[in-house]
Amino acid sequence: MASITVTVDGVTYSDEVEPRLLLVHYLRERLGKTGTPVGCDTSNCGACTVHMNGVSVKSCSVLAVQADGAEITTIEGMANGEWHPLQQAFHAEHGLQCGYCTPGMIMAAADLLRTNPHPSEQEIREGLEGNLCRCTGYENIVRAVRRAAEAGVTP
Amino acid sequence: MTTDTQAAAPELGKARLRKEDARLVTGQTNWTDNMVLPGMLHMCFVRSPYAHARITSVDVSAARSMPGVIAAFSGADFAGEQASLPCAWPVTADILIPPHPPMATEEVRYVGEAVAVVVARDRYAAADAIAAVDVTYEPLPPVLDMRTALDESSPKVHEAGNKSYEWVFDQGDLDAAFRDAPVVIERNYRQQRLIPSAMEPRAVVATCVAGEITLWSATQIPHVLRFALAAFFGIPEQNIRVIAPDVGGGFGSKLQVTAEEVLAVLIARRLGKPVKWTESRSEGNLTVHHGRDQWQRIRIAADSDGRLRGLSVDLLADMGAYLMLVTPGVPLLGAFMFPAIYKMDAYHFACTGVFTTKMPTDAYRGAGRPEATFAIERIMDELAAELHVDPLEIRERNWIKHEEFPYTTIATLTYDSGNYEAATAKAKELFGYDELRAEQERRRASGDPVQLGIGVSTYTEMCGLAPSRVLGSLSYGAGGWEHASVRMLPTGKVEVVTGSSAHGQGHETAWSQIVADKLGVPFEDIRVLHGDTQVSHKGMDTYGSRSLTVGGIALNGACEKVIAKAKVITAHMLEASENDIEFTAGRLHVRGDPQKGHSIQEIALATFAAHNLPDGVEPSLDSDATYDPENFSYPHGTHLCATEVDTETGRVTIRSYVAVDDVGKVVNPLIVEGQVHGGLAQGIAQALYEEAVYDADGNLLTTTLADYLIPAAADLPHFTTGRTETPATTNPLGVKGVGEAGTIASTPAVVNAIVDALRPMGVRDIPMPCTPERVWRAIQSARDSSAGQNGGGQ
Amino acid sequence: MIPAKFDYTRPGSLDEAVRALADGGEDAKVIAGGQSLLPLLRLRLAFPDLLVDVGGLDGLRGVRDEGDTLLIGALTTHDEVVHDPVIREHCGLLAEAAGTVADPAVRHRGTLGGSLAHADPAGDMPAVALALNATMIARGPGGERAIGAGEFFLDYLTTALAPGEILTGVRVPKLGPGWGYRYEKFHLTAQAWAIVGVAAVARRSDGHVAEARIGLTNMGLVPVRARGAEEAAAGAEATIEALRTAAGRADEGTQPPSDLHGAADYRRHLARVLTARALAVASGV
Repeated sequence: MASITVTVDGVTYSDEVEPRLLLVHYLRERLGKTGTPVGCDTSNCGACTVHMNGVSVKSCSVLAVQADGAEITTIEGMANGEWHPLQQAFHAEHGLQCGYCTPGMIMAAADLLRTNPHPSEQEIREGLEGNLCRCTGYENIVRAVRRAAEAGVTP
Repeated sequence: MTTDTQAAAPELGKARLRKEDARLVTGQTNWTDNMVLPGMLHMCFVRSPYAHARITSVDVSAARSMPGVIAAFSGADFAGEQASLPCAWPVTADILIPPHPPMATEEVRYVGEAVAVVVARDRYAAADAIAAVDVTYEPLPPVLDMRTALDESSPKVHEAGNKSYEWVFDQGDLDAAFRDAPVVIERNYRQQRLIPSAMEPRAVVATCVAGEITLWSATQIPHVLRFALAAFFGIPEQNIRVIAPDVGGGFGSKLQVTAEEVLAVLIARRLGKPVKWTESRSEGNLTVHHGRDQWQRIRIAADSDGRLRGLSVDLLADMGAYLMLVTPGVPLLGAFMFPAIYKMDAYHFACTGVFTTKMPTDAYRGAGRPEATFAIERIMDELAAELHVDPLEIRERNWIKHEEFPYTTIATLTYDSGNYEAATAKAKELFGYDELRAEQERRRASGDPVQLGIGVSTYTEMCGLAPSRVLGSLSYGAGGWEHASVRMLPTGKVEVVTGSSAHGQGHETAWSQIVADKLGVPFEDIRVLHGDTQVSHKGMDTYGSRSLTVGGIALNGACEKVIAKAKVITAHMLEASENDIEFTAGRLHVRGDPQKGHSIQEIALATFAAHNLPDGVEPSLDSDATYDPENFSYPHGTHLCATEVDTETGRVTIRSYVAVDDVGKVVNPLIVEGQVHGGLAQGIAQALYEEAVYDADGNLLTTTLADYLIPAAADLPHFTTGRTETPATTNPLGVKGVGEAGTIASTPAVVNAIVDALRPMGVRDIPMPCTPERVWRAIQSARDSSAGQNGGGQ
Repeated sequence: MIPAKFDYTRPGSLDEAVRALADGGEDAKVIAGGQSLLPLLRLRLAFPDLLVDVGGLDGLRGVRDEGDTLLIGALTTHDEVVHDPVIREHCGLLAEAAGTVADPAVRHRGTLGGSLAHADPAGDMPAVALALNATMIARGPGGERAIGAGEFFLDYLTTALAPGEILTGVRVPKLGPGWGYRYEKFHLTAQAWAIVGVAAVARRSDGHVAEARIGLTNMGLVPVRARGAEEAAAGAEATIEALRTAAGRADEGTQPPSDLHGAADYRRHLARVLTARALAVASGV
């Protein structure tokens, strides 16, 4: 077992974990942060995307021990009194249907806007290449990210 | 419709933002895998590494002593309970339906079939322990190609043989139609095997408390599942509650009664402990039912002006190793759709269902109809090419004119309404059809290495599954009705219960709009409940684009019953005649005097108080309604696709895509558009990217999302969508359904576009998915054969 | 989905890491970003007894300008390679190719050293290292040594790193004036592996290609140089036709695999087409 201290959505946790415990399982099963789902086992789908020290990572492909000392933000930590502009934009543009990919998609989109606040349609599509959605055909996801960009997202 | 409704209907057709989103965008979701119950155990399955083998022994004893393991079972441990997974659609009287135990006991018939299960205190311990289960097999020959599976010499999947059924449909005199026909075209098309790939993997939690079972499952069909557990596994129906919490997509893949669901129930009952199972993606690719997988031989006979005389279709359909819930019926849903929007004199359809040692197939978005639409729309392009006629022109010569509706097709369906001319005209305009044709000519003339192709698909579909009598005539095991309840709460708020179980479609929003429109109560005051058999006791669930066209109409009926009863109570309260009470914009009032009356909310409160109700009237304004449609609904549309094909590498890029769909009246245009987008993505994915591939030993090669290629945003184009609106005449809302339209229409549009780009080179077909390699090979072989014809020079 | 058990250590110094790895023997593995290793662990395709996490060794991060060469720390992430101004200026091919690796989230964790040490012939960076004539810097119990990229990739997922050796950095010669570059990646979907990739650098002089180096992704068990095409390109006129002719030799000596995503003959064809395209961009045609 290894001791880790991780700050998740502003709360600091100290835990003993098996080295093989995946960060996403730590979030979901130890901390009850079930807002971050799991969609695959090869880091292709991106459903489990969270921010680690300010940048997007796939929490299925990070060991909890590797997150020792890190600051993690999940979809559950995105709203700050009111919904994050991306959450608002996904709602306003009907950028989700079943919603399973949505947490990862929003976290990936937030990372994209951090590095490129005014992406073109093509840049949005490429910026989200690591996140799969099976419902929307991405059309409204692209619109949502553009809308959030126009609203001016601050990281 | 005789009941008064509001003069204006502001709610229907409004682009309401979805109620569901609040929990989904904030991560406050309730996926099955989120469930934690005290003492909950985790299941992990041992699965067959062989496509076909006799099980000679299963020893779980070592696994039982692994750390954290509570129990381990083989199929034999449940021999007396596990029965056979049901097939609800025995399409012919002599169909072969082999036994299908949830855990194999004697033989395994596909890679991934469950042979044992370990139950442990956490999922890591369960995953570790399966390696300690010792299974020995005696390999048997796999059966992998349905085209040779029916040969005498083929090894047998089941002792009784590899043929499940043959189903035939004939109308008109086919011989006469083909006799002396100036044009006869025959093609063979392959519908590759697909993996539905809902983003949420399957998950199950089961408890058994004092004999009462609760099953949470990521399912599309809580009601059907409850019935199946009772009917086939001997659990008293009144003691089963099935809950489908938030469900992350289905596309038909969660329209199933699965081995894992049944075993979770049996194990929870055996151990007296809650159990959970969540599949990994690679496990799911192996064991979630697959879709499509047909060989299609299609023949048309036409006059020299291109008018169709007859159509003949012979299918081989790969059932996989067993028949699951509706496996054999999927091709039949296509049987009625091959004639599509076209008039003709004769039609023959025959389908043979074949067993192979692969994962069973079953419903996947469109289920039978995409396959049919692909074949007819592809061959219509071949007809156009043969006659040197524009592909839209050849379709127009054959399609049912808008003034000819209602029209009974050669497949004996009666299309109530449609306007193919209008949808096509709109699509052409949005697409810039003539300009793109001109550019295509220029590129052809200049020998551009990147050629332009234009693909057409004028589709229709039958949806709103389904009239119960029709289902009965096709030997389906259940009806096709849907149920809804409206509960008027004392404070004037409304609870709506629907038997239609949503998993991304937005019922909570659309159903609220229907009720708000009908009852005149605020949209925000309505709560829609679904997906729990204890809350929604009746239902037929969600598949086949049926929710709105069946469930929505049931809800409409339930609202009418509320209004009718409210009128009786209002008349009594106002001391007026019931016939003089009108209902307008949420108010019940005396005809001609809107001031004299009560709101529906006031009547709800008055009913709750029950101080002043007419004699014999029960103190309740709640209602129930069940609706059984009399006909299917027939959405249609015209899709146009422009592809650029790099003839050096074979890479296909979709340059533009226009979808004009006519889904009748629209409740929520945002949701309709979203359904179209998602359908397009899946149809395009079949055309370009996806295929479940088995190797020569029957191992699935596409077990992960690194090998089964689902398109990302960067792999798909922007979609231009448009609508025409020809209301259904068979239901009071005029709605037709939209869930599958995009998937059905888009696959042939894309492939037609690719072939169109390459036709001058001699390419007539490319098997799906049209990967760059396949496109390149098609070009090479066309060049080779044309070089051969020209004596080698090019 | 769930890795088998392993022990884990996160050394505080390179020496400690080398010792831990050496002590762990055959069944010890280095983990950096883990973007190649974790999927293998989760699918239970790899079963190390010990993971030595070098993620805490900050000395292995970043880029040092050494004059004619850049020394890039093994722990420099793909994302850092993409954005680093020094790399972009002097070794633009590296930045361009790193930008095609997987997706942004993977690029945030995945490291240059990790993808080279993993030596997947389908990975993008090994072919780039070949084209750039990079040198791998390794530290082991016996000290530090340099291994040329041409000698580094020995077999499928196998490098010249000895047991107990850790890749600490990559030394890359700067591309001087007159040099151009291009990474042509051909894949089926945005995040799919390359069916074939072509990493080309070329120096143009007087309307001719003076010299060219070409690395091929996924054209064999190891990333390979397209020597035949390099030879044919050297001295060729900088025209599409001449480069296409030179690229006709791109698949010489390769042994491309036939698998789910492409047959060998198609890969050979792609290597020729993509090499022509890469050379055209690299030599400014």
